Formats: sequence, C-alpha cells, structure tokens
Amino acid sequence: MDKMFYFLAFLAILSALMVVLVKNPIHSILYLLVTFTSITGHYILFNAQFLAAVNFIVYMGAIMVLFLFVIMFLNLNGETEPQKSTLVKFAGVISGGLLLLVMVASFKKAVTIPLNTEVDTQIGLIKNLGMVLFKDYALPFELASVLFLVAMIGAVMLAKKDWK
Amino acid sequence: MTIDIIFKLILIASIFGLSLVTAMYSTLAERKFAGFFQDRLGPDRAGPYGLFQPLADGLKLLTKEEIIPESANTFLFLAGPSLAMLTACMTSAVIPWGTYIEVDGHKLPLQVADINVGILFVFGVVSLGVYGVMIGGWASNNKFSLLGAIRGASQNISYEISMGLSIIALVMITGSLSMREITDQQSGFHGMNWYVIKQPLGFLIFLICSFAETNRTPFDLPECETELVGGYHTEYSSMKLGFYLFAEYINMFISSAVMATLYFGGYNFPFMHDLGLSQNVVAMLGVGALFIKILLFIFFFMWVRWTVPRFRYDQLMRLGWQVLIPLAILNIIITGGVVLFFQ
Amino acid sequence: MKSLTNRSKLVVNKQMTFMERIYLPVIAKGMLVTLKHFFRKSVTIRYPEVKRLFAAAYRGLHVLKKDENGAERCTACGLCALSCPAEAITMTAAERQPGEEHLYKEEKYASMYEINMLRCIFCGLCEEACPKEAIFLTNEELAPSVYDRKDLIFGKDKLVEKEHNPNGKVRGGGPLTERLYHG
Repeated sequence: MDKMFYFLAFLAILSALMVVLVKNPIHSILYLLVTFTSITGHYILFNAQFLAAVNFIVYMGAIMVLFLFVIMFLNLNGETEPQKSTLVKFAGVISGGLLLLVMVASFKKAVTIPLNTEVDTQIGLIKNLGMVLFKDYALPFELASVLFLVAMIGAVMLAKKDWK
Repeated sequence: MTIDIIFKLILIASIFGLSLVTAMYSTLAERKFAGFFQDRLGPDRAGPYGLFQPLADGLKLLTKEEIIPESANTFLFLAGPSLAMLTACMTSAVIPWGTYIEVDGHKLPLQVADINVGILFVFGVVSLGVYGVMIGGWASNNKFSLLGAIRGASQNISYEISMGLSIIALVMITGSLSMREITDQQSGFHGMNWYVIKQPLGFLIFLICSFAETNRTPFDLPECETELVGGYHTEYSSMKLGFYLFAEYINMFISSAVMATLYFGGYNFPFMHDLGLSQNVVAMLGVGALFIKILLFIFFFMWVRWTVPRFRYDQLMRLGWQVLIPLAILNIIITGGVVLFFQ
Repeated sequence: MKSLTNRSKLVVNKQMTFMERIYLPVIAKGMLVTLKHFFRKSVTIRYPEVKRLFAAAYRGLHVLKKDENGAERCTACGLCALSCPAEAITMTAAERQPGEEHLYKEEKYASMYEINMLRCIFCGLCEEACPKEAIFLTNEELAPSVYDRKDLIFGKDKLVEKEHNPNGKVRGGGPLTERLYHG
C-alpha cells in the first residue's frame, strides 16, 4: 500500500509539473488527465469508492473532454501564442514567489496530527457518504446545488444570442 | 485463499477471451446479417458458412502495411487506438456473469470485482472511451479526423447526461449501485421482476444513449463515410484501424451486457430455483441465459443499423438535449413519486 | 405555367403530427419491414459454381467452326474482315495441300486468322457476312483478362473450336430449360 501511495504521489506531481512545462496545450491536457488518474488512484487507496468514481466521470470523463474539445477547436500552437512583455513576466515571477512564501510559511506552522487508527474505513462508501451529505450537511449541500443551478442558468444566458 | 486467486485469474482470462471472441464474431455477424437484411448471403467463402472470415480479416489487418502520416503526432497517434481498446476491455470487470459456483465448499462468484459503485465504474469507463477517439482524431493531423473526433466528443458528452439521468431513476428503485445486488433483486417471479417492466421509459432512454455512446448507427456521425471519409480513423491503417473497429464491437458487447444486467435480469432466468438442479448447474445455465440476452441485444444493434438511417448533426443534438434529458428528468420525478407513494 | 406532362406534384411542407414526431412507431414499422427481409430467401447466385443461362441473343467471343468431319469451314474469303466496322479482323489465305482434307473443308483456308479483341465491338456483322457459316460469336467465356495488350489479339489457337459442334448457334454449357445450371 505504501509503495502504491508513493508511486501515485510521484506520478501526480510529475505529471502536474509536466502540465506546466510542456509547450503543446494538448499535451498539457493529457498530462492533466494523468494527474487526475493518479488522484483517482489515491481515492481508491482511501477506500473512497464513490469519490473515485465521481472523479472519474466528472473530471476525467466530462470536464477534461471539454477542455480537450475547446483546445482542439482553438488550434493553439507556437505561432499563435501571444508574446508577453518582460514586465508581465516579472510580475508573474514576483507574485508566484510570494505565493510560494505564504505556502512555505503556513506549512512551517502546521502541526502533524498523530495518526488516528480508529478511523472508520467504510466512511467513503456511498451509503455512509449519502447519510453524511443529506443529514449532517444537508443545507450546505443544497446551497452548493443552488450555486450550480445559478451557474447553469448564467451559462445558458451567455450562450443565447439575441437575448431581449 | 489460493483457490480464490486462481479462480479469479481463470475468470479474468475467460471473460477477456469471451469478449474478444464475441467481438470477433460480431464482425462476421454484422456482415452476415447485413446480407440477410438486404436479401443477400453475406461472406460465405472462408470456411463453412464463412466461419473463418474473422480470422482472415484479422490476418489481413495484421499483415497490411502500417502507415503513420508524416505530420502526425506519432506517440498520440499510437496511443489513440490502444486507449480505445483498453477502455473497451475494462468494463467487463464489474459485470456479474453468473451467481456463484461451489468448489470444495468455496463459494466462487462469477464476477471479477463486485465493487460498491459498479454502475458508476461502468459509466466512468464509458466516458473515458471517448479519449481514444479524440486523441486519435487529433493526432492524425487531418481535418476530417479532427471533425470526426470533435463530433465523437460532443456526442458522447451530450448523451452521457441523459444516460446518467436514466440510471439515477433505476438506482432510486434499487437503492444500490452494485451490479450484483441489482441483478439479485430481479430474480424470481419468472421475469416479472425485471427492471424493464418497472422502468420502461428509463430503459428506452438508456437504449438510445447506448447507441450513441457506442457510435452505432443511427448515431455513427464520428465515422460517417458520406461526410468525413472515414471520420476519426481516416488516417489509420493495418491493425491500428483494426483496434478501433474491434473496440467498437467490444463496446457493443459490453453495453449489451450492461443493458441485460440492469434491465433484463442479468443471469436470472424463469424457474431458476424451481428446477431442483445443483448450484453449479444453475450458475452455468445463468451464464448461458445472460449470453442469450446479450446476443439478442447485439442482434438488435445490428437490426437497427440496417433499418434506421443516420441522423443529421443538429437532429442528434436536439434529440440529446431537448428530448432525452427532459424525458429522463420526467422519469426521475415519476419514479420518485411512485417510490414515495409505496413507501 | 401549365404543366405539359401533368406529372409534377405540389410540394407541401406540412407539420408532422405528434405520432410522427416521436418517430418510434415509424421506426418499429421499418424494423418490421427489414425483419421480413431477414427471413426472405436471398437472391444471390453463387457465381463460379452456379451460372445463369445466357440470353439467346448473347454475343460472346468468336468461334471458328469446324464441320462434322472436324475440318475447318473458313475459306479465308475476307468478307468478315471487310464487313467489320472496327477493322479488327485480319487473315492470310493459303492453299490446301494434298493429304490435308481432314483439316480444311475447301481448297483454300486461312493459315493465319487474327481478331483484335481490343478493337472488336461485338456487333456480330462478321457472323452475318460469312457465307460458309464459319464464324459465330458463341464462346461464352467471360471477360478474358491479360497482363499484356498483345495477348488480346486472338489467333487461330484461341478462335478455332476444339471439337465439332453440330449446331451453328449452340450455347455453351447446360440445358436451356433451366434458368441456372452448375458449370
């Protein structure tokens, strides 16, 4: 199990780096796909079957397909990529560095929680998850779904051409 | 414990072999049935009744010249058909092929993995299937291929939604996502417990969506010859093309198996427990019953192919978004109401 | 404008009814039609084993006939070559030597006789022109295929019939009563 975890973590980080480093946007998307696959693997290691399946369907099966779809349509390549000025590059480096600083600081402050062996390993199964979502966290869950509904209606409104 | 593992390995190998052989002979059946539907004979030269035709076709594909276009992205060009084949073969892991057989007092279920979220797994793998088409189509660096790939992607995404919604209505009745549990709920009553009777609308939506998901006529727009030459596999040759075609037939086999399992009782058959046969015999008869159902579905796929003409693209999208999704939501509401009423 | 033929039809773009719009009844009807065809006897003729009879008016490849004693009927008069609109026929005449009576019917015969099958249009005028009933277009071999255009100039080796056949216009193969025969 340990080896599996390290392998998946290594794969996830490597492919996440490759997402940023490769030039071709299509390759980027495919590396992102590998990242999601390894994260799905993590979920399975946690025995969170439902989360793994949903990650599979929603992120890998739908959202990434849409990403790929859009990028194929845009036909991005080296020539069409807009050239960024040096100033923008500097701004990017500085803000990225600041973000890194904040993250390192917060990680230094973090306390390692001792491993709790009493964790319920069945919590990730769909029945328990449903109980938690619809009993303990019913209101936040419903609010999130309203948020999605709003986003959906907004998308339809944007897509409609002659809105009066 | 070892007997379990050995049995699992045998099971995996035999399921893999069976699905490949079924897909192989589906290619022959497709051509034969096409002939019969058109008052012809179909291929009948290779062996008795043309039974060696799939072998000859395979040999032909293997020995043909392998062409990789100069401007294609070689790695992705090769990854496309491999991915299509991989995702096609993955789904069979969660389908319960039979009840269980008893060896030395061990209960050995005829299913590779009875996972808690079986339906979602099938669904996820099916939604991954489109990557083979998309990557292959894009990597070919050909406009027809790209158009085919884009059609495939948008079609799959559109029909996945109504497929998922039709499954939700089913899951509301079953209360379980495990394929084995759903199958077991349908036993008894001589077929009157099959979910197709409780979910006729859901089954219809699922059926139409599975036609779209497997890229079969009348939804074979990603590879329609009249508009896109060969669609996403225009640039493919030899066994890489064979993989794409083969993956389509495996997909057809798998989706037939899923439909038979979810809506037609899977390995259950009438008078299953009244015959007084031993468990092993009943299990084997159950496997036979499931395969008969699957073969009937495959026949249905082919029957539709040689009857219904291809949809136009806007008709396809209208059917998916404006007809099937509202119908599926309506189905969910009705099912929810009925479930509440009988609670 | 008034139609001359009265065959034109007015196109109406009528709205489909609900039953037509859900398509399923129509699809079911179509599926029944195809299912009927599925069980119908196929119309295929398995060609090399089973052949169809040729029509009585069929004109195939040329045959140079022999008489009942097995002697060639052609006298190299050249009327066929003269009548040929495609100028596909050529020949050389020779005199029959003593002792060759069993080979050639009359004193004069064609020592060389060639038909260029690339030029021939199978009109059958040679058959009509022949005064000796020596040439008929009755060879029912189909579409000779060769690798070299030269091989399509047929000489006497390919044109002269191997054995005497009593009927002038007999068709190759089987009985005339059946539509199909095994060849």
